[in-house]
Amino acid sequence: MDVTICSYCRLTNDKVVVNGMEIPIQKTEGPWLNDIYRSLKISYPKFFKMDNLSKAGFLASELLLKDEIIDKENPKKDISIVLMNRSASLDDDRMYQETIEDKNNYYPSPAVFVYTLPNIVNGEIAIRNKIMGETSFYISEAFSAEKIYNVAMDAFSDESISQVVCGWTDYELNKCDVLLLWIRKENQNGIPFNINNIYHLHI
Amino acid sequence: MIYQLSDNIISSLGFTSEENYAAVKEGVSGLKYYETAFDLPEGLMASCINDEALEDAFFSIKTKSKVLYTRFEKAAIVSAYRALEKTNINPAGDNVLFILSTTKGNVELLDRNKSKQYESERVYLWRSAQLISSFFGNPTEAVVVSNACISGAAAQITAMRLLKHSAYDFAVVIGADMLSKFVISGFQSFKSLSTEICKPFDKNRCGLNLGEAAATLIYGKSENENLIPEKSVMLLAGAIANDANHISGPSRTGAGLCIAIEKTIQHTNIQDIAFINAHGTATPYNDDMESMAITDTGLQALAVNSLKGFFGHTLGAAGVVETIISGKALSDNTILQCKGLEIQETVCPLNVLMKNESSNKTHFLKLLSGFGGCNAALLLRKK
Repeated sequence: MDVTICSYCRLTNDKVVVNGMEIPIQKTEGPWLNDIYRSLKISYPKFFKMDNLSKAGFLASELLLKDEIIDKENPKKDISIVLMNRSASLDDDRMYQETIEDKNNYYPSPAVFVYTLPNIVNGEIAIRNKIMGETSFYISEAFSAEKIYNVAMDAFSDESISQVVCGWTDYELNKCDVLLLWIRKENQNGIPFNINNIYHLHI
Repeated sequence: MIYQLSDNIISSLGFTSEENYAAVKEGVSGLKYYETAFDLPEGLMASCINDEALEDAFFSIKTKSKVLYTRFEKAAIVSAYRALEKTNINPAGDNVLFILSTTKGNVELLDRNKSKQYESERVYLWRSAQLISSFFGNPTEAVVVSNACISGAAAQITAMRLLKHSAYDFAVVIGADMLSKFVISGFQSFKSLSTEICKPFDKNRCGLNLGEAAATLIYGKSENENLIPEKSVMLLAGAIANDANHISGPSRTGAGLCIAIEKTIQHTNIQDIAFINAHGTATPYNDDMESMAITDTGLQALAVNSLKGFFGHTLGAAGVVETIISGKALSDNTILQCKGLEIQETVCPLNVLMKNESSNKTHFLKLLSGFGGCNAALLLRKK
């Protein structure tokens, strides 16, 4: 089966690159992910409630799907979201732990707890774009183009799926490492979806 | 299609699948009220694995490993060991793949008072998976699925796909989650826990109970037919679909679950389905949502149950535990009661069973839904 990368987005601590082009970001003293959000000129107030992992995945998905999926309203049953990372939701887990560790300062917050699952980022992207295909999250010790390739291709074993948003979404200890790909089966315009190309797009 | 070759459940109801099934069939619940537990300000109704029994079971396994394992890892290892022990499969073979389904793994090690003996990497799910598969000398990197409460179903779907097109002959699917101050306090902050035994699909249902379990299902390809036990159950189909509605609340329409069910049963005669083992967490919204999805897919006449009144919600283990128990019931020509249910009431009326019934039908449908808007359905059949 021929699968093509329609677009890709690489998001790290100092750069945002979409389809090979660096996106200029107006930097402030504030958090980098918030700077990206403002530079994109999107209006989605829920963004500020998200944890860092969801913010990073959400921003990459906005850049990835910006031109192609203009319609954010109609349900899309033919798209799946399959993601992978190293640290699961540990960045948010550590924040939540702070709220319960001290018996004299015990204030568990549902708003923080809800992000203590890695697949919430799939949910955020699904909600924003009304994507109703499969959403799955896998954990791997290190970035692996081969594993990303395998789980994304497996998502097409559901025959009603024609497109997959896939890749690596990791955020831990202030280190952001995201490579998101939008792939489509039977589409000739674009980079072939294969292990070698995934590997090179992550460098 | 892949076949179940062996299984095990470690829970408050026992350390073998057979003990667990016998208790459930007798109507015994593993849920217990803990006045003070996990250093929490509130009491808790939960199903907890007995510490001493777990230690004994772990020490009875002869191993050369010098690793200091956590409670979570010990439970997963004991479960996989006991499932493997019933087979001739060599877990050290390169034709065997381990798949771990968990939501929080060793998360309790984030607590500074509990982490001292362990290296900092131990909170990573891949690290636990490495230690579990290497305990058995398995040479292949384990797959880790972490998909909230549908993880146990997602792991079985992953096994089905991998066995279909890869060189692996066997998948050892382990679902495990332990309780901790972290997990319980979070659910308490959501106000989603009941301090009584939960009441799935009941008029007065008021929340879920949490539970601990480690469970293992060993799947094999259909080609290895001579290895398939007499009472084996096979996984025919499975699907996952998102609600695209809310990250922590079930869809108000059941749209995502409908899609997952439709994809799963599309080639099946509904008359062959003995029962639906629902997620049935006993939160007001979840059970209503499931009643809508079951009705919208035309399955409202089928018998429905939930096993949460026996085990509580065992999170990443739930999909594995409940698939095993439902499979045992199917092979035993039994449909299990929905423990905890007194007065049935959901948005759409369902046929939820209040006592065990017999049925010689061949299939059952397993449903799960979770945070992040994900829903899963599995279809299984008697051999």
